[in-house]
Amino acid sequence: MRGYILRRLVYVVPLLFLVTLVTFSVALLLPGDPALAYIGEANMRDKVMYETMRKELGLDQPVPVQYAKWLGRVLRGDLGRSIRTREPALEGLLARFPVTLHLTATAMMVALLIAVPVGILSAVRPNSIADKVGTLLAMSGVAVPDFWLGIMLIYVFSVWLKVLPPSGYVPFAQGSWPSVQSMLLPALSLGMALAAVVMRQLRSSLIEVLQQEYVIVARAKGLAEGRVVGRHALKNALIPVVTVIGLQTGRLFGGAVVVETIFALPGLGRLAADSIFFRDFPMLQGVVLILALAVVLANLMTDLLYAFLDPRIRYR
Amino acid sequence: MVRRLGPPRSRWLGALLARALETRGAGFGLVVVAVVLLVALGADVIAPYDPNRPQDAGVLAAPRPAHLLGTDQLGRDVLSRIIYGTRTSVQAGVVSVGFALLAGVLLGMLAGYHGGWLDDVLMLLIDALWSFPTLVLALAIAASLGPGLTNAMLAIGIVFTPVFARLVRGQTLSVRERDFVAAARALGATPGRIMLLHVWPNVIAPIVVQASLLVASAIVVEAALSFLGLGIEPPASSWGSMLKAGYQYMQQAPWLSFAPGAAIFVTVLAFNLLGDGLRRGLDPRLWQRGES
Repeated sequence: MRGYILRRLVYVVPLLFLVTLVTFSVALLLPGDPALAYIGEANMRDKVMYETMRKELGLDQPVPVQYAKWLGRVLRGDLGRSIRTREPALEGLLARFPVTLHLTATAMMVALLIAVPVGILSAVRPNSIADKVGTLLAMSGVAVPDFWLGIMLIYVFSVWLKVLPPSGYVPFAQGSWPSVQSMLLPALSLGMALAAVVMRQLRSSLIEVLQQEYVIVARAKGLAEGRVVGRHALKNALIPVVTVIGLQTGRLFGGAVVVETIFALPGLGRLAADSIFFRDFPMLQGVVLILALAVVLANLMTDLLYAFLDPRIRYR
Repeated sequence: MVRRLGPPRSRWLGALLARALETRGAGFGLVVVAVVLLVALGADVIAPYDPNRPQDAGVLAAPRPAHLLGTDQLGRDVLSRIIYGTRTSVQAGVVSVGFALLAGVLLGMLAGYHGGWLDDVLMLLIDALWSFPTLVLALAIAASLGPGLTNAMLAIGIVFTPVFARLVRGQTLSVRERDFVAAARALGATPGRIMLLHVWPNVIAPIVVQASLLVASAIVVEAALSFLGLGIEPPASSWGSMLKAGYQYMQQAPWLSFAPGAAIFVTVLAFNLLGDGLRRGLDPRLWQRGES
């Protein structure tokens, strides 16, 4: 186990290096001159000011040197200053990260609340009406774009029924119920696809586990069906589900960009969309980097958790 | 004369299609995909009005016989714009997945067949690209390249390349060790010939399945990019940009956001059902289980 963890951790180092390289390259290609963006339109003709800014940003140096210096600053926690707000980019990112975490965690919770009971019901009674409804729900959940689902939910629950707010964010500290209300529709929009994927995975792995000999033995011993499924089968059927959830983290963070834009949530996703609109490249670079780091970390944790749950992995 | 070694190539497609279309879902998927392709190709003939010309019904007119899906904020016929938007979506899906397929197959085969340090380096690069949330990376690349459908397609293609590269590498690694490849190598076949004649026929089936599922994802990503203002440029129509306009007029004209979203939903569902059917056709374990 220790060897496996070590190998997996060592692999993350070059991976992170490449992630920073891709992030830097993408920002380098962004149209527009960062020096001009910093000094503003009013000072466009001031050559001295422009050259000073280029020097200050290190744009007068070769690209590899620019990358090395940028990486050095990133490692010290300096992601530059936002062109739009002039605040340190890291501060802006850290202020918005909790909103995105709140959204993705709630979406995950909503997804599991839908997927686990429906998945179990479908697997226990395959080809029943419940299974068919579950399969239809899963198929639709995968196909429905989260941003369209969000718009439709706003229309039904905010415009038509007027029971939930159409947009805005209320932190948990400012009241639990208003916070839940503000997060319900965005989380449902974002979590539906995950619910569908988990539902399908749980159904198929539970069907497979329920055919295994140890489950047949448990039944032969006279255990109640609920106990057979809950105590014996579900534990093993959930192993591949853990991997699926881990691998979907990137999808959740990606989906957050549009969902946060639709529901006016001040998270990282909306910051990314705004940064593109305002050509705020240090901020965009920061969002891309932080979200990629979060995905690398989630994948690492999934792999380690998988090895912990399934002994065959760690001895391979 | 030495004949080609390896599994028979000719019969798999027919058998695969027959198995794939056994369920109603896959049949429905195939029919809808065919209809979507026809609408995309024949948009000029099918669309009742010019998609970019304001109509006499006025702006934000509710659905009526003359305009089945109403008119938009500039008075243009929504149905005609949806029909022309099909062309944008299909083009985005097919071209971007085509690009990802080409790049991914080349990288995957190279990594899988060569092995060693090249495999390590290429897979590390692929894993690094895979570490970015799909939409965030597509958004950043599209922003770097500038708005427009071509750039959006390129961005989506780059983002999806790792999917094919990983799939093809895995298949190549397993095919490389098979006896018929060893025999071909012993007969003096070059690596290029081995990849083209022996490895490629063995990896094409899972690629077809993956491509079908990824076209669906590419259509959604393109719609998301257009929704965020990075896809096709106005006045041309795309389902994503129509959805964005509809979202802004949700109170006055809910049909504006309903129709393009429903179009995305049905098309994505159809490609997914077709992909699932093809996967079923390829996996003998699923035939026995009769799983959907």
